Amino acid sequence: MIELKNINKWYGDFHVLRNVNLKVEKGERIVICGPSGSGKSTMIRCINRLEEHQEGELTVDGILLNNNLKNINKIREEVGMVFQHFNLFPHLTILDNLTLAPIWVKKVPKELAEKEALEYLDRVQIADQANKYPGQLSGGQQQRVAIARSLCMKPKIMLFDEPTSALDPEMVKEVLDVMTDLAKEGMTMLCVTHEMGFAKEVADRVVFMDAGQIVEENNPDEFFSNPQHERSKEFLSQIL
Amino acid sequence: MISVNSEKLGSWLKKNLFSTPLNSFISIILITVIFKVSVPFIQWLLVDSVWTGTAADCRQANGACLAFIREKATFILFGFYPREILWRPIVSVILFIGMIWYSKEPHRWNKRLLWRWLKLTLLIALLMKGGIFGFEAVEIEKWGGLPLTLMLSFIGILFSYPLGIFLALGRRSEMPIIKGFCVIYIELIRGVPLISLLFMASVMLPFFLPDGLILPKLIRAQVAIIIFMAAYMSEVIRGGLASIPKGQYEAADGLGLTYWQKMTLIILPQALKVVIPPTVNTMIGMFKDTSLVLIIALFDLLMTTKSALKDASWLGFSVEAYLFVAVIYFIFCFSMGKYSRRLEVEFNRGVRS
Repeated sequence: MIELKNINKWYGDFHVLRNVNLKVEKGERIVICGPSGSGKSTMIRCINRLEEHQEGELTVDGILLNNNLKNINKIREEVGMVFQHFNLFPHLTILDNLTLAPIWVKKVPKELAEKEALEYLDRVQIADQANKYPGQLSGGQQQRVAIARSLCMKPKIMLFDEPTSALDPEMVKEVLDVMTDLAKEGMTMLCVTHEMGFAKEVADRVVFMDAGQIVEENNPDEFFSNPQHERSKEFLSQIL
Repeated sequence: MISVNSEKLGSWLKKNLFSTPLNSFISIILITVIFKVSVPFIQWLLVDSVWTGTAADCRQANGACLAFIREKATFILFGFYPREILWRPIVSVILFIGMIWYSKEPHRWNKRLLWRWLKLTLLIALLMKGGIFGFEAVEIEKWGGLPLTLMLSFIGILFSYPLGIFLALGRRSEMPIIKGFCVIYIELIRGVPLISLLFMASVMLPFFLPDGLILPKLIRAQVAIIIFMAAYMSEVIRGGLASIPKGQYEAADGLGLTYWQKMTLIILPQALKVVIPPTVNTMIGMFKDTSLVLIIALFDLLMTTKSALKDASWLGFSVEAYLFVAVIYFIFCFSMGKYSRRLEVEFNRGVRS
């Protein structure tokens, strides 16, 4: 479904991604962790071209990601993204936030788009807030709206970039619950997170990154109980 | 009842004007100054003033010569437009202000409104210019006063605002040619005074136009004003664009919106809202700056006033005349400012962030 081959990226002189290779199968749930500055966000942001990689080959669902705008837009239609800071559109109601992309990008008729949007809102349990504005919702609610907004585009892949790290502690669970449900439905997911409980429960694989490289790839049980690499051991000892 | 009111007034005074010795001191001084200034002014304007009569009557009196305003109002407001068909500019101004009034409700902002404006502009041009449907033709050179000022400033605003948006977007573009063009345009235009642009439009532009194409001076000045305003407007709008968090761009990109969808649906609605106060500030400034067209001998509101003052039989009433145009300018500028505050409130309804 997603394949990264020898991806390299620099910010000026700073080498952010070093020969990253990663293959994700359909339906796989990958949790990416690592210390801050290790390039994990940059990596998943390369997958839908919010960041541009300079070397290597990146394919998503068979589409090669290059400078061709058509390819980029096709990939973006198939890949949903959830951000740390939700990034809802504050000038639009919740319902309009959800229906905007389907109506304009996929040309879905308005009535249908709204019907589907309400179904997704129902799934993340905030259908009653449809006519409010983002600023009137709590952080956890906003992040659930953001997830629903991505789902409205019916993506094949969902990327999560630290979806719970900007939330108050008591709101983390409601967002993780939504994500867990999504995982159980078989969505292909890449999730940058430090929620180890979530990683243990849903991840098929944990990818540990450090200094722009993938240091260790393992199944969660192995990774948490018996990390192979020195750097992973040190990281886990600090966060667990 | 009265005692309650005076009690209220007393406590209001104590709270707002005389709360501390220093406040009392300042209040007393200010009240004295206001009194000293406004009483003679009111005396001059309303009590001693001369409402009818000739210049000689005015000179004998101590007050304002409102007879001069009565005599010259038509000229100040409409310039050299033929007196017999004055109804045409009057109707034009009324239609124009009516249309502005109609357009001020945000829920009416759609394509239909744009079409209505286009039709109205044509209608007004037809009314002013004449020459068909049995309307007597009036040369553009005879247009003057309020219609001219309103046209120069509002058409200036109407065209420079979208142009400013494109320039601001262009300046933030990643395409070097577009970006370079916009930067050069903005810096060049901002680098010269409006007066020099107006001169260029009136003196130099005709040399560059193809033979046989003669644009009236008014149109050339209008173009110069639009070009000038757009440069300023674009910098204001660029400020708004810069204030939108990167996450909004990324969210729009992530959803697969195209560049223009992203801009028109997500970024601009937020950015333009943020910069309503400086936008209106610029517009008010430009409204007043249009009076610079007097330098190329266009008879805008200020120029007609100046000419009215040159009438040999009515010399020496400049205070009254300038006060009269000042009031007209103030009404328009104040309305714009008040309207911008209303828009801000309206757009912020329901949005807490």
